Amino acid sequence: MKRLGFWKVMPSFSGMMMRYMPLMITCRQFEDFIVDYLEGNLSSKQKLVFEMHIKVCRKCREYLAAYKRTVDVVEQTAVGDDQSEGLPDVPEDLVKAILAARKL
Amino acid sequence: MKFSQSETQGDRGGEAFSSDMEIAILLGQGCDKTAENFVRQHSPWMLAVARRILGNDASAQDSVQEAFADAFTNIGRFEGRSTLKTWLHRIVVNRCLMVLRSAKRKAEEQLDELMPQFDGHNCRIEEPWPQLLPADEICEQKQLSTMVRGMIDKLPESFRIVLLLRDIEGYSTKEVASQLELSESNVKVRLHRARAALKHLLEPVLRGHMS
Repeated sequence: MKRLGFWKVMPSFSGMMMRYMPLMITCRQFEDFIVDYLEGNLSSKQKLVFEMHIKVCRKCREYLAAYKRTVDVVEQTAVGDDQSEGLPDVPEDLVKAILAARKL
Repeated sequence: MKFSQSETQGDRGGEAFSSDMEIAILLGQGCDKTAENFVRQHSPWMLAVARRILGNDASAQDSVQEAFADAFTNIGRFEGRSTLKTWLHRIVVNRCLMVLRSAKRKAEEQLDELMPQFDGHNCRIEEPWPQLLPADEICEQKQLSTMVRGMIDKLPESFRIVLLLRDIEGYSTKEVASQLELSESNVKVRLHRARAALKHLLEPVLRGHMS
């Protein structure tokens, strides 16, 4: 008879724990709180429940870290657009057209 | 471009505000020199914002021109509650959104295949993350930052625009909801789906497999 490895059993165990233990949420429910957690909009109880899930669930912990890193990368990409690569040159005819339209 | 909370709420130093108000008054009086300086000072960053939103230089230039026309027409309404730059930013974003609304949108592909996966017990299915590259390390590499911008552009329009306004242009969820005429909860759902999809698309970069 084939023996099941520890990590083969663990997912279903943690799934049961998330569903039946008080103040525990499933990973799917965790997903719904992420935006509000990052914006600081959760109530203190919701925050507690969210952070308890992070403590016991490695996958969600790592997922959240990668999710936050994605947001950081997006923000820094835009900063790079404006700073390191410099702002675009505005064609002179566009400047003239803007100023000419003002007098119409 | 990100605005700090204090800048958008208008509690900066009085000196900078009076300077903005003086410019607004001179513009309202039709001062040509002030108008030229105003256009030369603000048009570069406005063009950068319009290009990010529209992804097309010709449309971006048109939107900047129309935004300035709006600004000159409405300069009398500028009350100094924010900086002129913040005020102009909103105008150019609104102009770009009008272009996006009027453009015939391509059929929106589904994001479902890029969303997080769960098993039958609602447990997350996620490969372990032994390494997660720092954001600045990713953005310092031109090839990778170009790839990131390409991935953002791959998102369906209704998700891309929420991500852009919220995470890049720095508007609050409430402001984005107002600009796009959506409920705040709808904005949050779209924002989350856009970020989750982008995280999926960027996984090889974030894991350091592309550097």
